[in-house]
Amino acid sequence: MNALVAAAKKEGTLNVIALPPTWANYGAILSAFTAKYGIKINSANPTGTSQQEVDAVKTENGTAKAPDVLDIGMAVALANTNLFAPYEVSTWSSIPTAQKAPNGIWVQDYGGYMAVGYSSKFGTITSLNQLLGPQFKNAVALNGNPTSANAGLNGVMMANLAEGGTADNIADGVSFFSKLKAAGNFSPISATGATIKAGTTPVVFNWDYLNLPSYVGVSNWKVFIPSNVALGGYYAQAINKNAPDPAAARLWEEFLYSQAASGGQNLWLEGGARPVEQAAMQSNGSINTAAASKLPAVTVTPTFLSPTQATDAANYLAANWAKAIG
Amino acid sequence: MAAVTALSETPAAASAGRPSGMQTRRRRRLNVFRYLVFTVFGLFFVLPLLAMARFSLEGAKLGTWSLSAWRQIASFQGIGVPPLLSAIEITLELAAITCVVTLVLLVPTMIWIRLRVQWLARTVEFLCLLPLTIPAIVLVVGLGSIYNRIQHYELSALMLFWVYVILALPYAYRALAAGLNAIDVTTLSEAARSLGASWFTVIVRVIAPNMRQAILNALILTASLVLGEFTIAYLLLYDNLQVELYSISRSTPNAGVIFSTSFAALLFAFVLLLILSYAGRLRRGRG
Amino acid sequence: MAVAATTETGARPSWSGRRPSAPAWAGTVPFFAYVGVFLLWPTGIVVVDALKNPNGSWAFSNISELGDPLVRGYFIGSFKLCLLSSVSGAVFGAILAYAVASGNPDGMVRRLYLAISGVLAQFGGVTLAFAFLVLLGPVGLLFHASWYFDFPWGIGLIYTYFQIPLMVLVFLPAIDGLKVQWREASENLGASAWQYWRYVGGPLLAPAFLGTTLLLFANALSAFATIEAWENQIAYIVPQQISTALSSEVGLSNVNVADLLALGMVIMVAIVMTGYALLQRRAARWLR
Repeated sequence: MNALVAAAKKEGTLNVIALPPTWANYGAILSAFTAKYGIKINSANPTGTSQQEVDAVKTENGTAKAPDVLDIGMAVALANTNLFAPYEVSTWSSIPTAQKAPNGIWVQDYGGYMAVGYSSKFGTITSLNQLLGPQFKNAVALNGNPTSANAGLNGVMMANLAEGGTADNIADGVSFFSKLKAAGNFSPISATGATIKAGTTPVVFNWDYLNLPSYVGVSNWKVFIPSNVALGGYYAQAINKNAPDPAAARLWEEFLYSQAASGGQNLWLEGGARPVEQAAMQSNGSINTAAASKLPAVTVTPTFLSPTQATDAANYLAANWAKAIG
Repeated sequence: MAAVTALSETPAAASAGRPSGMQTRRRRRLNVFRYLVFTVFGLFFVLPLLAMARFSLEGAKLGTWSLSAWRQIASFQGIGVPPLLSAIEITLELAAITCVVTLVLLVPTMIWIRLRVQWLARTVEFLCLLPLTIPAIVLVVGLGSIYNRIQHYELSALMLFWVYVILALPYAYRALAAGLNAIDVTTLSEAARSLGASWFTVIVRVIAPNMRQAILNALILTASLVLGEFTIAYLLLYDNLQVELYSISRSTPNAGVIFSTSFAALLFAFVLLLILSYAGRLRRGRG
Repeated sequence: MAVAATTETGARPSWSGRRPSAPAWAGTVPFFAYVGVFLLWPTGIVVVDALKNPNGSWAFSNISELGDPLVRGYFIGSFKLCLLSSVSGAVFGAILAYAVASGNPDGMVRRLYLAISGVLAQFGGVTLAFAFLVLLGPVGLLFHASWYFDFPWGIGLIYTYFQIPLMVLVFLPAIDGLKVQWREASENLGASAWQYWRYVGGPLLAPAFLGTTLLLFANALSAFATIEAWENQIAYIVPQQISTALSSEVGLSNVNVADLLALGMVIMVAIVMTGYALLQRRAARWLR
């Protein structure tokens, strides 16, 4: 580890990409890393998507600006493993087997459960079917188009599971949104902080760490997860095979997966995201209990979409979404 | 070789000393028309801008006022993100370079084609429309390989000008074409050539001054394009003004920041273009 | 700036002796060289990729996918939106340009309008869509336009916002070219305003008007940030579908499809340009 720190400091910089400061507390994580090791971080394209991250690796290949590490969605990670270098962090054993590649080519880092955020002017929402009521006219929005955005697809899948569907078939979710549209409650607008603040999209399906009042920027914002569903989605870390700063890249991962009080895992927790080592940290007591208790309560076993289930859902949506809400 | 001045006179000067009656009636009708048009269009353009400005001054709760969105532009200290001033500087330099290269590339070529190579006119017209038909996101995929090679030399964001000239072509071409069509290029050039002028003189000192408004408009269009360009810089991971403003707006949960940054960029571009429009007047004085 | 030097009969050359004459088109070489490298080569890459499979093998049959009803729908949607915004932008923009042009050429009004037009012509995207949303959307400050989310009307209105200033900037020099003497001459001959425009002003402005409308059409064609911010649940136009094909997070990413759609857009513009060229020839005959 000391050798790694020395090598990383010698490199002096780290290139990251698509890490918005307000997303899962990345702002604090980036400053904490620089404060601890004195390594300058070049944060490119904070608003990029997972695909753009991978594209940047390919376009910038061989230059000093190429991203060293990636934080990407699982679908994109699995499709591009030929770009990554394997690496197992020192806390490897604390990570559940299902959430890492056996050879270390990718490893999940944090995630959350799909939730519904809403303005407190609606009172308290406890079930999805309430959203079909007349007071929600033009109010319900997704985070992105389900046929291209991961958060959008999982929003529909969450409705699907809540309505009694299975992870293998997203048809019930699509029909729920069809009903929403028929009732005049579905809004085609992309929900952003601005539309939420202006009151144009007072109900938003989004990951719970993106539905925090502090992220959304509106104080009267509440979150609920349907009691019979916990649809989880985790992101994955990967190291660029041709990283310009390979030691810094590995040190960054060590920092992210460290269970220290001010290490990456706890910092993500403070950002409302669930760190991948959460279970292990709860057993060995290193978890920040105050932050952990702020997460929305989840009573059922979490469901995670397998790659095949995700692809089937995507294909079904590509064929049927436009028709359902058109 | 005296520069041939513009042939169209101001309506105001022309109507002095004219028989009244028809002229004054027409002038009055024209003024009513103008004021009506300016008011209606002015409203149409101003209302969305007002909505944006109002939202940028929004406080934490709807209905309150706050300058925080504007203050955040000035105080932004990103991690590993270049400060706003260097982004402004780079964008201004880019605008200047792009304007010069576009004009130098287009004006002589268009005049030359008009005079000597008419059969290429439609081809050039189509080529100057092509950049608009290919969305930036696709163009970047094709440009990626070229820029990869450029990036190996670690040149700065100024390298974006190569692409920006291409993006400016459609607009500059149309503005210049409108001006070129309005003057009798053939007669002017024949007259100048028969007096012994070289082709360079014909283009630069005879024809171009007659296209002053068109050239100015092409400059305005090109400059505002560079100042407002976001997609290609963003996709090629360069930091220009719009990308920097976007980063600022995404690094805070205050939704008003994207509007204050947008509005600030608009004001900045407006002032610049207004100054640019005075450049036309300077040249007139010297001619 | 290299310009081909040729000797002309009848011109008194300012240099003596014979010079080897280069063909006239040599003067356009710098332009074509520049465009060749930075526009045609990337376009070529796009076209080539459009006809390939993801694994790199040739698939000329890809082009038949452009005939697929779903894909045709995107192109029709794009065409409708571009036509609506370009025609309305051209007509209203021409009126505004005339109002600006008929004032003092050195005056403050003209300068202000030129600067404003320059700024607004490139204004778009998220902020413009949001401004209209706040004014006319579901919780609109002005009123809620029930047609706001109807395609192409709501988004067409938003597009017109930046099409008009573009028209003003590009069309203004053409209006400036209408010499005042012509108007006065026609009035001295007893023509009414309508007759002036029908026989003198109209035909003179027609080529520039058509050309600028074409520019407006193409300008609306590849714009997509604005419509994405307006609504993003249904893909109405081609760029939206290209974006999905390029940056899908759910594994539906397919660069070849994106390139194919881009190729389709180029073909569509080529067709529109042909129609435009025919119209121009018509207008030119009108001028005679």
